Formats: sequence, C-alpha cells, structure tokens
Amino acid sequence: MNTSTLVKLGAAVVVLIVLSSSTYLVSETEQVIITQFGEPRGNPVAEPGLHVKLPFIQRVNVFEKRFLEWDGNPNQMPTKDKRFIWVDMYARWRITDPLKFFQRLRDERGAQSRLDDILDGETRNAVASYDLIELVRSSNRPAETIPIESEEERIVLEQIASGRPAIVASVLAAARARTADLGIEVLDIRLKRINYVDEVAKDVYARMIAERRRVAERFRSEGEGEAARIQGERERDLQRIQSEAYRQAQELRGRADAEATAIYAEAYGRDPDFYAFFKSLETYERVIDGQTYLVLGTDSDLLRYLRGVR
Amino acid sequence: MQMDDDDPRRGPLRWIPDIEVNRMQRPGWATPGLLRIGVIVVVALITLSNIAYQIKPEEVGLVLRFGRTVRTSEPGLHFKLPFVERVLPVPVQRQLKEEFGFRTVSAGIQTRYASGDYSGESVMLTGDLNVAVVEWVVQYRVTDPYNYLFKLRGLTETFRSMSQAVMREVVGDRTVTEVLTVGRQEIATTCEVLLQELVNQYEMGIVIEQIVLQDVTPPDPVKPSWDEVNQAQQQRDRLINEARAEYNKVVPRARGEAEQTVLQAEGYALERVNSAEGDAVRFKAVYDAYRRAPEVTRRRLYLESMQRVLPAIGSKIFIDKGTGSVIPLLPIDGLKSLLGPGGRGGGGGGQ
Repeated sequence: MNTSTLVKLGAAVVVLIVLSSSTYLVSETEQVIITQFGEPRGNPVAEPGLHVKLPFIQRVNVFEKRFLEWDGNPNQMPTKDKRFIWVDMYARWRITDPLKFFQRLRDERGAQSRLDDILDGETRNAVASYDLIELVRSSNRPAETIPIESEEERIVLEQIASGRPAIVASVLAAARARTADLGIEVLDIRLKRINYVDEVAKDVYARMIAERRRVAERFRSEGEGEAARIQGERERDLQRIQSEAYRQAQELRGRADAEATAIYAEAYGRDPDFYAFFKSLETYERVIDGQTYLVLGTDSDLLRYLRGVR
Repeated sequence: MQMDDDDPRRGPLRWIPDIEVNRMQRPGWATPGLLRIGVIVVVALITLSNIAYQIKPEEVGLVLRFGRTVRTSEPGLHFKLPFVERVLPVPVQRQLKEEFGFRTVSAGIQTRYASGDYSGESVMLTGDLNVAVVEWVVQYRVTDPYNYLFKLRGLTETFRSMSQAVMREVVGDRTVTEVLTVGRQEIATTCEVLLQELVNQYEMGIVIEQIVLQDVTPPDPVKPSWDEVNQAQQQRDRLINEARAEYNKVVPRARGEAEQTVLQAEGYALERVNSAEGDAVRFKAVYDAYRRAPEVTRRRLYLESMQRVLPAIGSKIFIDKGTGSVIPLLPIDGLKSLLGPGGRGGGGGGQ
C-alpha cells in the first residue's frame, strides 16, 4: 500500500464523515429540532425522510410525533362520601410544539413526571369532590330497560347527577389548562380501574352476601307461599266439586220425589178411602213376616164367620 | 410490533467499514487478486440480501425509504433498494387477541392457563356498587398498517388500558345481577361498539372483531351465597311443582266422583218417577175395576190379601169376644208340631 492510496482512503473517510454529519433521517414517528450550539434553529422538522443540516455545528434533537401513553400509578384516595378506593388512570398525550417541549421539559422523562403531578393531582381533586356512585356510573338507565331474570332480582339503580364521563372530562379540561404552555396536548383521560381498598371490599362483600341471603329467603318463602296457595286451591276445588255434585244430586232427587208425589196424589186422590184400604193391604204383605205375632179378635172382618159358624 | 429497535437514521452509511478488510494481516495463501474477489463476493452477498425480501401470506409490508413510507407490498417475493429502504411487515390477516383476567399459557386440546393472579384486571365495581369479577377476550385485526405502526406508541399497552376502561364503564352502568346473569351478551356488544369508537378516535388502525366474556363470577367470598340463591330458586320450583302434582292427583278424581254422585241421583230420580208412575197405573187399573163392583171387590181384595199374608205368620192368636181376655190360647203352632206334616191342613183350615 503506497502513500497515494492512503491519501485517497483518508480523503474518502473525511468525505464520508462530513456527509454523514450533514444529513439526518426523520422517521414516520419522529419530529426533529435542529440546534446550533444549543440554540434552536428554524422550524421543527416533522416530514419523514432524508434531510440536510450543517455538519458538526448543528445537532439533531429527536422527539416523538406519535400519541404517547401516560399510565398513572394506582392511587388510594377517598371519595366525597368517604369511601376509600384505588383509582388507576391512563391518558394519551402528544408533543404538539417540540420547541416549547424542548425548552420547558427537555425530554419525555421530564414530561412524564410533570404529567404525573398534574394528572394525579387533578384526579385526586375530582375524586374527592364526587360520590363514588358518580365515578362508577356513566348514565342513568331507566329501571324498565334493565333486564332481570326474575322479579326478586329487581334493583333500581340510583340516579346520578354527573357520572364518569363528565368527571373525567373535567379532569381533562383542568389538565389541558395546566399543560397548555408545555408544548404538549393531553388528548384523552380515562379511568382504567376503580376498586375498593381491601377493608372496604370486606364490607361490600358482607353486604352482597346479606343481599343474596335476602333474595334466597324470598325465593324460599315464595315457594312455600305458592305451594300453600295451590294446596288451598286444591281444597277449595275439591269442596266445590263435591258440594256442587251433592247439590245437583239433591236437586235431582227432590224433583223426582216431587214428581212422584204429584203422580201418587193425582192417582190416589180419586178415592182416598179406597187408597187407604188398598195401600193398607199392600203394606200388610210387606210388614208381616214369620216373626210376627198376630192377635186377632173373632169380631174381626176375617174371623167374623168363624164365630158365626159356632 | 416494535419498530424502533433498529433505527437506520443514526448512520445511513455505516456499512462502509467493509473497506477495512485491507488492513488485515494477510495470510500466505491470500494473494491480492483472491482478496479482491473475496471482497466483491461478500459485498455482493450483503447487497443481495438487502434487495430481496419476502412477505408472508398474512402480512402486508410497509417499505420505508430513509424512514418515510413509500409503498406497501402484498405477500410474495419483492425487491427494494438496498440500504436506503427498509421493510416492516404487519400481520393484517392474523386475528390478534388480548386476554383480561387470565392468561393462556398454551392453547390446544387441553388449553393451559397461567396460575397467576390477574384479579386486578377482572375485579370491577358494578352500578349498584357491588363487585363482579369479569374475564374477557378482545379479538382484533389490523386494518390500516400505517396507523397501526406510526400513530401510537405502545399500542398493545394502550389497547389493554382502553379495553379495561371501556369494560368498567359498561359494567359500571349495570347491576351486579345483570352482569352475572342476563346481561352478558349485551355487555359484550356494547363494549365492542364503545371500544371501536375509542379505537377510531385514537387512530390505531385496528378493528375490533369480537369481545367475548369468559368467566363472569361474583367475588370468591360471595360465591356461596349466590349458590344459595340458586338452591333456593330450585327449592321454590320444587315446592310449587309438588303442590301442583298433589292438586292434579286429587282434583280430577274428585271431578269423576262428583259426576258419579250426580249420575246416581239421576238414576234415583228415574227410578222414583218410574215406580210412581207404575204404582199409579196399577192403582188406577185396580180402582177402575173396583168402581164397577165396590163392595165385592173390597172384600175380595181383603181376603186375598189375608190369604197371602197369614201363612207367613209364625204365631197367630185368636181371641174370642166373649172371653174378654187373652187366654185361652189356641196354640196353633204347637198343634202343628203335634200333628206333623198332616196337621198342615188343620192349620190352613183354621183361617
């Protein structure tokens, strides 16, 4: 390797270093601020692709262009009605003004910690000024639209005044106001989780158990009541059926008796005296049997002639 | 879908060090000609591997030139400019899935689930301030690879947070019984709609295909009391069924018996009227005959009747008017036994 080759090689390396120092790439997810000795130069570059700058003296500062996530730590806080709950929020934000962002917050770590302060504080304020029910519920559903399995399970949801979306919107508005001059925009805040702290959870479980017991008792007593009702129905129907039959039977019998009586009266009424005679004879034949003692006087019609003969 | 692990911006010309080969200690066999060929082959191989690329059937490839998206490529073999273009494959056809409240370790005929505690995701407050444990799965697909890759950082984590927020919002508007019993399907569909709205708002480039509620249960300490309610419900149904059975056992029979009573009465009535009519007809007939010769008929009827009646009588006592007392008796029956069968005529003759 001779000297001229070395010189050529050295020149090539220098050219390459200068080239690489005077170009930079911006990806789809980035925006860039060029600083010259620490002082921002020109507008932020948000267009993805290959760009040029002054070599060596200008520096590239890269910032995210995408929506970024802020995930709060679960915090224990009391609501207005003094219930302790865990609240876990998340937010979405992005760098809208990289220059301001660069000046005020320097980098993302700074932004996250500032967001922690602002969002945690605003959340705490909001939670403390509303009842728990307002944080849990989003809307007032009319009772009749709530499907239920059985009447025992009917629970009418308490009415709410503002609800979760309104509360979250107020947190968002407050956070936006406080982040306006930081070059960032908070786009959305949501309550990821709300849960009872353990001690409260125990009470809630106890209440749920009691409530279930109540429903169970109601089912049981309802079953017994219904069974008793059916039993009563059974007895009533039984009595009704039997008594109706009895009444009908008696009616039939009575009518028949009356008819028979009328027939007899009509027939026998022609000569009551003869009837008495005729019926008496018939009756004798029925009532007199082998066990009967008959005492007859000789002046009876039957024995009249017995005497006459003597 | 990480995409900034390998960032080309930090040195577009970093492949340059290949020329340093010249500085190496030259082994005996390595003549300058051989070395040159070697360098050319290596450079050619690296270049080739940087030109051709493959997109799998379920993917779409985004081609970036200097970090800027210039085109997309469908499944198959494709070529690009070496070094200045980069390819990011995105699985647009694959159904992606996020699980909440549980984790599948390995899916298969017998799917195994992680034994860890994910109750933080699944325990939530219901609209009546009770607690329910809801486990669910969100299935989604990438529809817009550009948005999917470039609009949002930490897409999966954000998506998980969104999912949980939406599920809690929906469950927070429902009663615990609704969540645990009848409301399942409705909750899933409502969540689908709300989550899709949120996804659109966030420009995530995905579409929610389905939300499926898995186990939805009361918290463990409360479970036994839910079972108790089920038992009570069954007990109620049993009691009612038993009472109905008893009713059905007794009442139809009573109906039949009632009909029997009525029919019997009808029978009685028929019998009564018929016999009355019969008696009447008979009486009338006799009466008609009687009227033609009253005195004789009367006597005849009487005597005929006596003739039928008296033989049946065991003891007959005749009292004469003159004696004025019961004694003396004429023990006809005693005589009868004394006279034997022949005496029968004597008894008959006494009438």
